[in-house]
Amino acid sequence: MVVVDNKSDKGEATTAVTRLIENDKVVAIIGSYGSGVSIAAGDIIKDAQIPAMGASCTNPMVTQGNDFYFRACFLDPFQGKVMATYAIEQGAKTAAVIMQNGDDYSVGLANFFIDAFKALTGNDASIVDVSEFQLNEADFTAILTNIKAKNPDVIFAPSAATTAPLIIKQARELGIDSLIMGGDTWENPAVIDVAGEDAEGIVLSTFFDENDPATEEAKVFVEGYKKELAGKEPIIPAVAALGYDAYLLVRDAIERAGSTDGVAIRDAIKETKDFEGVTGIINFTEDGDADKNMAVIKTVQDGQFVFIDSVEVQ
Amino acid sequence: MTSELLLQQLANGISLGSLYALLAIGYTMVYGILRLINFAHGDIFMMACYFMVFSIFTFNLPWYIAIIVVITATVALGVLLEKTAYKPLRNAPRMSIMISAIGASFLLENLATYLFTGVPRGFPDIKVLTATVKLGSLSLTVATLITPFVTLLLLYVVLFITNKTKIGMAMRAVSKDFETAKLMGININQVISSTFIIGSALAAIGAVLWGTRYPQVMPLMGVMPGLKCFIAAVLGGIGNTTGAVLGGFILGMAEIMLITFLPSLTGYRDAMAFVILIVVLLVKPTGLLGEKVTDKV
Repeated sequence: MVVVDNKSDKGEATTAVTRLIENDKVVAIIGSYGSGVSIAAGDIIKDAQIPAMGASCTNPMVTQGNDFYFRACFLDPFQGKVMATYAIEQGAKTAAVIMQNGDDYSVGLANFFIDAFKALTGNDASIVDVSEFQLNEADFTAILTNIKAKNPDVIFAPSAATTAPLIIKQARELGIDSLIMGGDTWENPAVIDVAGEDAEGIVLSTFFDENDPATEEAKVFVEGYKKELAGKEPIIPAVAALGYDAYLLVRDAIERAGSTDGVAIRDAIKETKDFEGVTGIINFTEDGDADKNMAVIKTVQDGQFVFIDSVEVQ
Repeated sequence: MTSELLLQQLANGISLGSLYALLAIGYTMVYGILRLINFAHGDIFMMACYFMVFSIFTFNLPWYIAIIVVITATVALGVLLEKTAYKPLRNAPRMSIMISAIGASFLLENLATYLFTGVPRGFPDIKVLTATVKLGSLSLTVATLITPFVTLLLLYVVLFITNKTKIGMAMRAVSKDFETAKLMGININQVISSTFIIGSALAAIGAVLWGTRYPQVMPLMGVMPGLKCFIAAVLGGIGNTTGAVLGGFILGMAEIMLITFLPSLTGYRDAMAFVILIVVLLVKPTGLLGEKVTDKV
């Protein structure tokens, strides 16, 4: 197992993958966690014919047109629909959306949410505001002041865990009391750590809940994780569960293929059937995506991520 | 557009602008003396934020003592940077010292990533500063309200030092003519150190106010504010302290007003800052209040 760091940078991601393939001669790649960086390195993986198993990269473009890229998680069109459905169940009639310009994950998920929300409310004017910001932005007061004037029922702001607390805190400081929602990236202790009391009541969708293990494998994983990292990690983030699943899937495929040839491993991954992972039973679709139709919705209560509901959408 | 929305946005703009102004003073002073764009200034600001995090979370200091510790540590870092990265290159071509500044900036960023990891830390919550004040329908924090006054007060202090004190006179002399000032017996190293002391102290105060308003500390957090404040300094006329503050206010206000009046262009906020830089360089390279100088960087 060789570990490289892509520093969450698209340029670094291609360098990291090239290094894995050419220097370290790996037979398969696990990762990455993010969509933008995974898409950036996609072509290198395809050309080298080394199969890759993404963990939590949820944008559809990661695996589209790439026979060697697979993933263990659900997709953003699904996630967008889940969040829109949840918002409407909570009685929301209007929504404002904030996205990060240039981040495939954020823009993708935001647009899928917008489409789903408009379709479900049957009203194109139900999205009252769409604002963009750029990487490393810290000041959201201006866009939030605009949003406040439009008084939406919910604010959907899929963004990195580094940005989320800034948006949440500044919104509350401006006196906005709308429901604030994000995507899977928000399930990160740093969000609660930085946003503090203001994080209470935010809602996010994620892949996995440690208190409700979906399979036998999940129980083993939760036990092992807690023993190994006791006191270091307050929660088991879903990305850890997905990373573990990605590893199991690749190992299983290599064992079944009985070879370390890239094409043979890829074919074995494709033939994966009813694999028991931590995040549920996994089969792959034509595109190489894990066929999942269930998401977990969580909120923050007393400084902890708390399970509210699991949502199934067809 | 309601007047409440406009008032809130004006408050947002003034507050952001005064934060830019505090950092821009540091850029402009170093440029005035050394003709050097101190690219590491944004990273000094970042380190000041980390100093605050550690003084309060690790050493449990009360906030008013922590601020003094942070200012002292940041000043020490600024002077250390000057002594190690810039002083040995005093007689080298200007390009070398500029490259050294870029190197120092990368060093600080990567050192911070190595020491503190890339996981963001929360900035300590100073209750006195984060309390929310309601003025009609306006919602402002104490920090937002006092930042412009702190900035103007510090500008006054800096102007007082440069115009009314002996070391200030030496600074002005060095900035007019480095060689002649040296021949007249002015201790150049002392003058340069004083400049870095003032610039770093302002960066530290800026960091405390910035962190209170945008409470997240990361190794790369200084990059964008650093660039923006450099633009503010150029806009006001680099080398001119009042100009830097003016430039900071204009830039902050312009960013917020872009979003207020052209909400569909919210994603172009950073781009606009750089467009301002290009326009200033094309139309009035000396900036709003800058003096004409013949040399270039």
